[in-house]
Amino acid sequence: MDFRDTAEEARFREEVRAWFDENLPEELRGHRGGAARFDGPEVRAWSRALYDAGWSGISWPSEYGGRGLSPRFQAIYLEEEARAEAPPHIGVIGLGMAGPTIMAHGTDEQKARYLQPLLAADEIWCQGFSEPGAGSDLAGVRTSARLDGDRFVLDGQKVWSSYAHIADFCILLTRSDPDSERHEGLTYMVVDMHAPGVEVRPLTQITGEAEFNEIFFANAEVPVENVLGEIGGGWRVAMTTLLHERGTLGFALVARLEVQMRKLLALARDRGASPTQRDAIAREWIQLQALRVTAYRSLVALERTGVPGPEGSILKLQWSEANQRVTALALDLLGPDAQLLPPNGPYGGYWAVQQLRSRGNTIEAGTSEILRSIVAERVLGLPRSR
Amino acid sequence: MDLAFTELQDELRAQARGFLESTPEPTFAALAELGWTGAGVAAEHGGAGLSFLEEAVIHEEAGRALLHAPLWSTSALLPFLPAEDQAAVAAGTSSWTLALGPLVPDLDTATNVAVPGGDTVWELVGCEREILPTNDSTRPLGVVSGGEPGRELFASDALPALRTRSLAILALEAVGVGTRALELAVEYVKDRAQFGRPIGSYQAVSHPLATAYTELELARSLAWWAAWCVAEDDPQAAVAAAAAGAEAADAAVAACERAIQAHGGIGFTWEHVLHRLYKRALGIQSWEAPSAQLRAEVASELLDRGGT
Repeated sequence: MDFRDTAEEARFREEVRAWFDENLPEELRGHRGGAARFDGPEVRAWSRALYDAGWSGISWPSEYGGRGLSPRFQAIYLEEEARAEAPPHIGVIGLGMAGPTIMAHGTDEQKARYLQPLLAADEIWCQGFSEPGAGSDLAGVRTSARLDGDRFVLDGQKVWSSYAHIADFCILLTRSDPDSERHEGLTYMVVDMHAPGVEVRPLTQITGEAEFNEIFFANAEVPVENVLGEIGGGWRVAMTTLLHERGTLGFALVARLEVQMRKLLALARDRGASPTQRDAIAREWIQLQALRVTAYRSLVALERTGVPGPEGSILKLQWSEANQRVTALALDLLGPDAQLLPPNGPYGGYWAVQQLRSRGNTIEAGTSEILRSIVAERVLGLPRSR
Repeated sequence: MDLAFTELQDELRAQARGFLESTPEPTFAALAELGWTGAGVAAEHGGAGLSFLEEAVIHEEAGRALLHAPLWSTSALLPFLPAEDQAAVAAGTSSWTLALGPLVPDLDTATNVAVPGGDTVWELVGCEREILPTNDSTRPLGVVSGGEPGRELFASDALPALRTRSLAILALEAVGVGTRALELAVEYVKDRAQFGRPIGSYQAVSHPLATAYTELELARSLAWWAAWCVAEDDPQAAVAAAAAGAEAADAAVAACERAIQAHGGIGFTWEHVLHRLYKRALGIQSWEAPSAQLRAEVASELLDRGGT
């Protein structure tokens, strides 16, 4: 057990840090809130620069264009990226979800076609899982894929799809057998977002910004070679995607919380804090340290088995609630002027937006209720509730 | 960064768990026989020369088993004692407690008492001991009266480091206590059926246990961070131990309370082991400093000194 970076890790961290210092344009540093952070041309150029510098796919196998390093280097990169307050690579969904799923279930042709442009940010991906009638209960998916010769014809609707408004491809979970129920009869496929019959409508969220979208399919056609895995075997493929969603995500979340905490401490020093507020600040700082160590503990299992350990399943759950408390605490320190919109609000209205945005944290990527059930059933081994 | 346990640490844990399950009230000499009391003592003084991380494994298990022996109080003092006293601890012939305030822990079992006076911590000799029963019968408190300073043991400027060590040990114990309570609750709700189903299938029952697991894992992370800082004499040791002390004690108490609730009536009885775990957790929470005071120390480090 050693809480210090090894010489090799320290060297890598130094390299990442120096690169950000030198290459991150000042106008991209810091939080831009919601959509502006994702979809501007400058973020594409930035993502390309990340790829050219070798920061995309750090832990991907080298045969797929990655650097083949252990996940701990990906973790160090994510920590430094958050500390620099750099925008993430525009291909978040591709790198974290579509890419690993294609590596696990794709044909050689699919791997050759999709992986490199994904790393290079030449093509952007989105995810089509949730539907109006299938949220936490993903097996309720009803978007229909009707096989017609050598193509599928799609009809239906997906929702809460981040990046769909700028995406080139979607990893889509469909019901290919209309008579099937639940986990059977589902097919997982890659859909060209520019194909006729695919329409994207941005959804304005609680912050007034649009980070996510609805996707409508009306007789959209998908060649049968775009299926990932087996026809009818989509559930298993979808589970791979969700497993990877958790992978090293914890590190990015913890690093983002560390940035929030730094800003919160600066705020408390600026404005002063009551004894009760000081207690709450200490509590959150302690939680942050606990999350940071827990993220590193989850690496032990990830590196041994390729699957994140049980510690990993609690990171998102705890992080989301911690982020909500930290942003609420900031509003408490600020008082009524926190409610002023930019340009009048303090810190450019940062905390007001962050506090509202944080309400999504306990809903997106698995609600806290679902995550507690996962811990209860898969970690503690309690009987299923349904 | 490598947070895996070593093979030796895994073996120690297995040995400690097996021994403490089969031996409910071991003597200090029996613990010495196993090499536990001298784990951190240098080899030339009859110890195993291991790091605090190996001792930490034993403390987590001691908490889990509600060990009734002066291991915490002795281990907190150990590195500050003169070499011959460390050798005696390793041999199991003496054990220690520190009379810092009016209430002294482990006074029923520790052979020697240390007491601060001026800028020195002395051995207190010839004192009367009165044992006061506490909720946690495995760790009674007591008061000393009379007696006089004997040998000089160490300079009292070591007391903050001693407190850091003590807090780290208590955090580890707390994690052991809370984990055991959660395990009992999980076993029980899998088995106990009402309305035709195991009660663990109801989310009103399972989600609080998932929360207890989450809080305990975060507390475990802090406790091991603190243990590592103590082992390495890291500059963050004091704040890490305060953080771990606050969080682990609270997590253990909450886990015990959730376990009692999940058990229903049987969890509220004297015959069930849960109340003993709960009382140890409450005892740990009350010792050294309440969690709010520990957090005040952390806040002061963060906001007034701009540290960490």
